[in-house]
Amino acid sequence: MAEDKILVEDLNLWFGDNHVLKDVGFRIPPNAVTAIMGPSGCGKSTLLRTINRMNDLIAGTRVTGRIVIDGKDIFADDTDVIDLRKRVGMVFQKPNPFPRSIYENIAFGPRIHRMGNRSDIAERVKRTLRHANLWDEVKDRLHDNAFSLSGGQQQRLCIARCLSVEPEIVLLDEPASALDPHSTARLEELITQIKQDYTVVIVTHNMQQAARVSDFCAFLMLGEMVEYDRTERIFTKPRDKRTEDFLTGKFG
Amino acid sequence: MSGNRAGLTAVPARGLFLKRSRFAGNRGFLVLALPLALFLVFIGYMFVYLFHNGLGVVSWRFLTQPPVNGMTQGGIWPCIVGTVLVAFVSLVFSVPVGILSAIYLSEYAANNFVTRGIRSSVRSLAGIPSIVYGLFGVALFVNAFHLGLSILASGLTLGLMNLPWIIATSEEGINAIPGSFREGALALGATKWEAIRHNVLPYAFPGMLTGALLAVARTLGETAPILFTGVTYYTRNLPHSFMQKFMALPYHLFALATQHDQIMKVRPLAFGTAIVLLVFVLALDALAFVIRMRVATANRWQV
Repeated sequence: MAEDKILVEDLNLWFGDNHVLKDVGFRIPPNAVTAIMGPSGCGKSTLLRTINRMNDLIAGTRVTGRIVIDGKDIFADDTDVIDLRKRVGMVFQKPNPFPRSIYENIAFGPRIHRMGNRSDIAERVKRTLRHANLWDEVKDRLHDNAFSLSGGQQQRLCIARCLSVEPEIVLLDEPASALDPHSTARLEELITQIKQDYTVVIVTHNMQQAARVSDFCAFLMLGEMVEYDRTERIFTKPRDKRTEDFLTGKFG
Repeated sequence: MSGNRAGLTAVPARGLFLKRSRFAGNRGFLVLALPLALFLVFIGYMFVYLFHNGLGVVSWRFLTQPPVNGMTQGGIWPCIVGTVLVAFVSLVFSVPVGILSAIYLSEYAANNFVTRGIRSSVRSLAGIPSIVYGLFGVALFVNAFHLGLSILASGLTLGLMNLPWIIATSEEGINAIPGSFREGALALGATKWEAIRHNVLPYAFPGMLTGALLAVARTLGETAPILFTGVTYYTRNLPHSFMQKFMALPYHLFALATQHDQIMKVRPLAFGTAIVLLVFVLALDALAFVIRMRVATANRWQV
């Protein structure tokens, strides 16, 4: 395993009195896709949203333990959350394009981070859309409202929007759960492609999807990390009975 | 024990209700429809009465001439000007203050008892009688701020009256924007203000504008707050500064209807003034309605 990109150690999280994550610990390597899977309500989305501190927005959240990205604890007092979220991008379960043009959706991030003048940004929009395999589909309608795209295109636009500010890590929260099989296939293709440049963490309750796209796989249940290993190992020789039961469809 | 007893009585009651639901439904319809019909008859009668008595005097001259011959002839041009100016001042004051307060309350204030206290105070401010606002306006704007009896003092007093409405509707407008817009921006590393500025306010703005228009439409017809703070029975010339007294439609109507020494002679003028005031208010309401409809069709996320 190469040097860890993200190190999660003794992570505990409470929403009020609800103990959602219990002593979670694992290491996420760079330039690979790591999947977090588990039954509904096991805390996998919460775990993901802890990595870019989106849970900070929820009142009554308490966290103990560490998440270290590139050697730095993100819960340290001197962490700049704005900068953290720029470096750790996120795509949500339901496509959430902004209700403006396709172009403006991609230009928003670079603009707020002052990544160059007007023509730099135009260039960046084009490059990002190419990078996200969306350019050919939208190049003639850049100024149409993003809501005119199909659901799958909207989700790929959201991935492109996330890539537009050059993050190092991309968090995907069940990105295909609202998509049809064809759109899902295109999305997975994109995920596999972007891992060369980014560290990707994907939450999914769909184990076939985890098997298809991920290199490493974590299995979470009731807030506890049951098993974490290379994906092929988890799917062929799970060490824990619960993992095996989940993978063979005994629950989930 | 008591729980059981409650359960025993509840079951037959529900059965009875089901059996009678059809009849109960019809009765409910009648009970609700009758007052509505009564209300419509009343409103309709008022409109017919008003237009029957006043439409004769409403003409281009009526709208563009000042009153002459001891207000027994001429028009209401200075009153229209005064009302528009006062409404303008009230909007300039209350819209920014109201919108900023709403942004603070919904986005920045902690959700604790202080905030909830502020919010319910704002609500109850909306229920304070307008004459109290008038007295408050005298004390604060006319005397303490030395604005004298003026368009400015009246406008600010009306603005104060608008404020709770504008805060409430603006907050509603902000809360109607899906959280995912804000989340999407925050996840890109936008600051809280950037997320609000770019991903909430532009979409909440039409709702806020609608609220502001409805608030101003409400205050256009208010007489008590301006009565103490700057409106006057008659001015020879149109105002040329915000520090002057002014004429206004509601007060002019009051004067013609009750204060004039030849009441019967000026009665048609009073009806005409009432029509103009009513049309002003309805036009603002209609504008607010049109904006709301257009936005509702333009914003597909609301479907």
